[in-house]
Amino acid sequence: MIAIIDYSTGNLRSVENALSRIGAEWTLTADPDTIRRADRVLLPGVGHCGEALARLRETSLDSVIRDLRRPVLGICVGMQMMCRDTAEGDAEGLGIFDSHVRRFVPGPADKVPHMGWNSIHNLEKGLFKGIPGGSYVYYVHSYYAHLCPDTIATTRFGEEGMMFSAALKYENFYGTQFHPEKSGDIGEKILRNFLSL
Amino acid sequence: MLTKRIIPCLDVKNGRTVKGINFEGLADVGDPVELGARYALEGADELVYLDISASREGRGTFTRLVEKVADRVNIPFTVGGGISSLADAAALLDAGADKISINSAAVRDPQLISDIAERYGSQFVVVAIDARSGDDGEWHVTTHGGSRLTDRLLFPWAREAQERGAGEILFTSMDHDGTRAGYPCDLYRRLTSSLSIPVIASGGAGSPADIADVLTLGGADAALAASIFHYGEITIRDLKTLLAQRGIPVRI
Repeated sequence: MIAIIDYSTGNLRSVENALSRIGAEWTLTADPDTIRRADRVLLPGVGHCGEALARLRETSLDSVIRDLRRPVLGICVGMQMMCRDTAEGDAEGLGIFDSHVRRFVPGPADKVPHMGWNSIHNLEKGLFKGIPGGSYVYYVHSYYAHLCPDTIATTRFGEEGMMFSAALKYENFYGTQFHPEKSGDIGEKILRNFLSL
Repeated sequence: MLTKRIIPCLDVKNGRTVKGINFEGLADVGDPVELGARYALEGADELVYLDISASREGRGTFTRLVEKVADRVNIPFTVGGGISSLADAAALLDAGADKISINSAAVRDPQLISDIAERYGSQFVVVAIDARSGDDGEWHVTTHGGSRLTDRLLFPWAREAQERGAGEILFTSMDHDGTRAGYPCDLYRRLTSSLSIPVIASGGAGSPADIADVLTLGGADAALAASIFHYGEITIRDLKTLLAQRGIPVRI
């Protein structure tokens, strides 16, 4: 069973639908015991990172997540919450990934939010098994995690711009800045990989 | 790098796709879910579903349709048409829409942009602007499908929408819409360079070259089109191949 952590009133439907499409069984929950018992845990991201972190802390789910030993996948803001800190709401993160979350600076041709399909590179096997470098995934975000030793995939912001962490991994914890649940067949493959880690 | 997006737009009335020809292997071209899934398979980067039902019954049917699209389609989709309150937006978000597009209601009540963006995030809010040129040389915002002129001007309104939290602007020139004579690329260039959020070009495409022009000369981040896809003039895959040959970054 896969536990999708329901820590807010946000819309988690796209994650639920994507799991159903690949034939996975899931449950939407905020119950610590259900989360601890799950084979896989998904931490989706909705809305404002600082506020999302505050909600996790209110319900003590932050420490529940940190103590998990089975594979955990944070998506978008879910991944950002697992970093050291975030500039969105100037909040301390869960401190799992050794990265800081900062706001993109728009350039003349580089719009913020960074929205649409961008390519992923320098892919580490495991989560990206069978995914060719240069594959396209769907992004929508204004904040990014900088590169760090936990980075397992990179994407470039802007034509000649900086690289940021497309995905992060530390022990059993994984995170993607992009939305695998909205990234077509490639995204579904990445979700399947996560389920078979 | 970030690719330019190609977005087919599907007009839906009482749960059925309004335009469209018979695609090979597609049993029911009037089924918006089937047609959307087909476009996704062909390489569409996003989909837009526009509800053109005027009736209350039609609205209910549309919300149920959004749920079915969300179940089936694995790329992002925007829904629009008749959204006039935070509650309308919430119902569509709950049904699984990734974004909503607001037009006339935003002009009538700009606070709606702020309210939806604050509640659900900027990524959820597309502000659609229809404008036409006046004899004073300015671009005037219109509503209700171009039939009503407002006292707003394109550039200040687009900037206000951005400041209020719109995540994208979908701009249609009513002078060009339906002409198939191409987009006003100079105007798009002025608009895209005056905003920091993405701009989707809509209305006027008669050929792949027109789309290429608005993405390059016009600086648009995405192009939305209906007729050229629905009537099978070109497939999305072929269009993207042509764009790639012109050096435009696209997801193929």
